[in-house]
Amino acid sequence: MTQATGSGQVEVASVTKRFGESVAVKELSLTIPHGAYCCLLGPSGCGKTTILRMIAGHENPTTGDVRIGGRSVVGLPQVERGTAMMFQSYALFPHRSVLDNVAFALKVRGVGLPARHNTARELLAKVQLEKFANRLPSELSGGQQQRVALARALITNPKVLLLDEPLSALDEYLRLRMRGELRRVQKELGITFVHVTHTQLEAIAVADMVVVMAQGRIEQAASARDIFVAPRNAYVARFVGGQNVLSGTVESTMNGTAAVAGDKGARFAFPVGDIRPTRGSKLYGSIRRDRIGVEKVPPGAKPAGGLNSTVGEVHTLENQGSYVKVTIDLDNGEEFVAHVPDDAFFRSPLDIGDKVEARWSASDVMLLDDGPIALEPAAAEARVASGD
Amino acid sequence: MTSIEHAAALLEEQAPPAENAGERASWWQVAPMVAVLTLFFGLPMLVVLVVSFFDFDRSDIIPAFILDNYVELFTREVTLRLYASSLKFALIVWAITLLIGFNIAYFLVFHVRGLLVQIGLFLLCTVPFLTSNIIRMISWIPFLGRNGIFNQALQGAGITNAPLEFLLFSDFAVVVAYVHLFTLFMVVPIFNAMARIDKSLLEASRDAGAGRVRTVFEVVLPLSRTGIALGSIFVITLVMGDSFVVRTMSGGQSASVVSALQNEVAALQYPPAAASAVIMVIIVTLMVAGILRLVDVRKELAR
Repeated sequence: MTQATGSGQVEVASVTKRFGESVAVKELSLTIPHGAYCCLLGPSGCGKTTILRMIAGHENPTTGDVRIGGRSVVGLPQVERGTAMMFQSYALFPHRSVLDNVAFALKVRGVGLPARHNTARELLAKVQLEKFANRLPSELSGGQQQRVALARALITNPKVLLLDEPLSALDEYLRLRMRGELRRVQKELGITFVHVTHTQLEAIAVADMVVVMAQGRIEQAASARDIFVAPRNAYVARFVGGQNVLSGTVESTMNGTAAVAGDKGARFAFPVGDIRPTRGSKLYGSIRRDRIGVEKVPPGAKPAGGLNSTVGEVHTLENQGSYVKVTIDLDNGEEFVAHVPDDAFFRSPLDIGDKVEARWSASDVMLLDDGPIALEPAAAEARVASGD
Repeated sequence: MTSIEHAAALLEEQAPPAENAGERASWWQVAPMVAVLTLFFGLPMLVVLVVSFFDFDRSDIIPAFILDNYVELFTREVTLRLYASSLKFALIVWAITLLIGFNIAYFLVFHVRGLLVQIGLFLLCTVPFLTSNIIRMISWIPFLGRNGIFNQALQGAGITNAPLEFLLFSDFAVVVAYVHLFTLFMVVPIFNAMARIDKSLLEASRDAGAGRVRTVFEVVLPLSRTGIALGSIFVITLVMGDSFVVRTMSGGQSASVVSALQNEVAALQYPPAAASAVIMVIIVTLMVAGILRLVDVRKELAR
């Protein structure tokens, strides 16, 4: 089964999906290039699984089109789409041996017993399970079952493999190993993978392309690196989790830097590039957790204050090995997280309840695209062009 | 209804073994059931077994140990005919109830969306059971009779000129009544087994390219086999143990093993009746054992 180049490209074109009254997916458009590993990332109920099921043909869009390799597949049976799905619970047939599970799609296609068992055995060898060919799925461990599910999905040489939370049923150790394995298989086969997950680090670890979703819409679709270092808006910054979100009103703009006044007298500098936001407009920015220095404020002393700093009380400390996660309750009630490198932290350790000041450098702040920002018209277009 | 009780007893034996920690407690839990079964099933069966070897005359049963009752039972030509007739009914009714029951269960489990609707329809299935078996069966008579509603409707619609004679007091009527009475016994266990099938298995099958029908045969049917086995046990033992339906609905033209046995009891010929009962229990037990051999109910239920 050879496929023309580009045939694994998945296009979701202004798709809306309603279930009765509720709207699962709203006017969503997305193009996943052929051979990409794409993660749909979002909290439960954001519509990511619905998208996956519409690509698989287990649901049909209420309006809009789904195209695979340029051909509309709405209403087509699964076989004609060139897709295969790996289910969250693996959905292995409990009454069939591992070998027959893997060979099932070929059986349905009328391939004879010796031929389909040979092909299935080859695939089982690929996932290192040939020894277990005659066992029942219930006699395998979770990780092994998952590999059987992978082999079963791959037996039809799909152009697109759809994975619905494939790692969620595994324990931490296996999850880390399997996600590397999935990535390796995808590179080896060169087919498109669409992987649904609610785990940020999983998406960033495996994907070429991460699509962050919320409430049936795409918040950002970009490379894994961009999602992490350059979130488009506050939602993505908060959900992906490596960032703190800052906000305030513009006081002045000078040389590509806006002076922003936050709550309780905090003042930030936002690099704004070519944009000239009007005075008084609200701006959002993000600062990476690992670009923040935390200093203890001795009791009785006044914090140094000034630009690009905020003051609060240490709420929790979590040692993560190479860094310590410091969660700070800000004076305005918000939460601020800093990842302090272990050596820096243990040189002058903090305690829960300590009054601290967090500082960062203005050049590390990223401008977020949130809410209606009053912009000067020419600059607004420039921002859109540079933003993507 | 000894055969049904026996099936129940067999299933009792199939219960999963107690775990070591709570073993003593679980013995106490089964104790009441054991007591009831011993008292009301074990002892009477023992009495029947003993009596089946007794001698008898016009008015008395005489304690003895003779094989005459069995010898006569096996040499009578009518025995074979009765068993053949009962087995024939059991087989036909089993096939029809399986077909109907499987489809009803499939519809309820896979087509009805919403748990509330599902439960509502399921309860609807049980509504006929609020009336007695006898009334439900007798009500077929005015419907199927020579001048019954069905014949009148057929003639009124010009489909037939004369009333159809085979509708009532015939094998047909017997089968109709059995199917009506026993289909639910097939629906419930199959429904139970099907409800436990992970819906994503059906999607996985569709994903592999199997159509709806193929999916039923490749996935749903094999995974419903516990329910099918239990339903089959119910239906087959009920039909084999019946005398009333066959006698009423055939208008006395057909007899079953049990109705022959009842005649002997009515004539106070207890020892041959007991011998007949013993053989009957053995045969039905073998049938149930055969079904349980095909499907490991215990393993499947523990799944």
